[in-house]
Amino acid sequence: MIELLSMGFFQRALLAGILVSLLCGVLSVFVILRRMAFIGVGISHSAFGGVALGFLLGVDPLWTGVGFSVVVALLIEWAQRHSRVEEDTAIGIFFAASMALGLVFLHLSRTYNVDVFGFLFGNILAIGPKQVVQILMVTVAVLAVMWAFFKEMVFLSFDEEMAWVSGVPVRALCYLFLVLMALVVIVSIYLVGIVLVSALLVIPGAIAQNLSQQIRSMVGWSTATAVGSTVGGLGLSYGLDFPSGATIVLVLAGLYLLSTLLHPRGHSVKGKA
Amino acid sequence: MSEIAVQIRGLWVSYNALAVLEEIDLEIQAGKYVGILGPNGAGKSTLLKVILGLIKPSRGEVLVFGEAPQRLRHRGQIVGYLPQRPLGNPHFPVTVLDVVLMGRYGRIGLVKRPSLKDRQMALTILEQVGIAHLAERAIGEVSGGEQQRVFIARALCVEPRLLVLDEPMVSLDACAQDELYELVHGIKEKLDLTVLMVSHDIGGVARHVDDIVCINRRIHIHQAPPIGRLGLESTFGCSVEYLFHGEIPHRVVKVHDD
Repeated sequence: MIELLSMGFFQRALLAGILVSLLCGVLSVFVILRRMAFIGVGISHSAFGGVALGFLLGVDPLWTGVGFSVVVALLIEWAQRHSRVEEDTAIGIFFAASMALGLVFLHLSRTYNVDVFGFLFGNILAIGPKQVVQILMVTVAVLAVMWAFFKEMVFLSFDEEMAWVSGVPVRALCYLFLVLMALVVIVSIYLVGIVLVSALLVIPGAIAQNLSQQIRSMVGWSTATAVGSTVGGLGLSYGLDFPSGATIVLVLAGLYLLSTLLHPRGHSVKGKA
Repeated sequence: MSEIAVQIRGLWVSYNALAVLEEIDLEIQAGKYVGILGPNGAGKSTLLKVILGLIKPSRGEVLVFGEAPQRLRHRGQIVGYLPQRPLGNPHFPVTVLDVVLMGRYGRIGLVKRPSLKDRQMALTILEQVGIAHLAERAIGEVSGGEQQRVFIARALCVEPRLLVLDEPMVSLDACAQDELYELVHGIKEKLDLTVLMVSHDIGGVARHVDDIVCINRRIHIHQAPPIGRLGLESTFGCSVEYLFHGEIPHRVVKVHDD
């Protein structure tokens, strides 16, 4: 293990994994409280269209992925507010269309030799220094915004109407949160891939909700669970020779089951928080 | 002449070309306690939401203390609001004190955190509404009546001039309703607030308010309770009976033969 920790590729994977987990841990709390789990699925799958666009245009798939995900996230919110469709319908339409568009872009780019499998299921061990820097920049930016607007995010998650009446810019913050989600989804793709990234946005918050009754302790549990699962999952995947992204998600799912068995709904966890 | 708290002129609200409120003209003087009565679907909550700025009128003008509600909200210090179902998620991980402090956020402003003074004010208001001992309890752990007090405390933490309560008596037993009426009345007198309360409890509202606005798409204003049965029947579109509480409880019903 010590030998593994001394290897550059594993150090980068560990650092990137911890940063991404921190981000997902914080955002996951609000994804759970605002019941946005399906939006996470929608944004992550729509990122495929953006990544494929990057291959087609010959530019860094990270930036096209971010742009594409942000646009799709805003379109979902806009469609929900301005048309008769329900949110889940809008998500279903946009994420299917984005994936279809992604396949068309890949076909047009004739680049079947690129690591599409890596984008779909993650390949954290292949991460380079440039990607680590990108993840670090996104981490600093997203955590700074969340820190600045933490009380407003809690308020509008709790009671959107009263938040609006109190002068909180509810709509702007809802759009901002979607943009943050899109950024986090894109950097999380390195860790677990497009298909599994929504697990990182949902499971840590769900575990934390089982274990806490205070918003701050929920954020603490969520980030601790996300970071712990990433580090533990990376170690396990090395030991068992399993795919790293899938192992991390399986560790998270196991912890969720455990937390539910320990603290089923209706069972008070008073004093834990 | 006393100040006008709410002024509505020629208000129409429609959803999908279906009028929910029609030709509403209403003036509510500052310091009044006004009950808003009407059957289900009459537009009571819609009227409140128009006053709060949550719904834009299809036609007409609404002014709250002389300003449009959409502009007023940015000052975050005029209106305290108790929504109809304020606790959407009973597992939401906040304490009673956290919820009451949310009432300060409009005054605190974006990015800044509540100060010690804000916390002290929230605790003082919790004391006023009689639940200071619950400050550190999770919001989902307190009873329905206590939750209503928490949300009234949050509305008061705004330091409002106008208190808007949307069916605060829903799901409360008779004793808790009486206590809540007394509480709102006491607060209103002490802080010289204007209070708008939507309710289904005809008897309870009639006993406590200064004016009653009966609404069923259009409005009818009764300025001196007790409100007559015929007036209520014309609003509800069906026969109405209601109870008065007092030394001898009695029920007002239609004249009958036996």
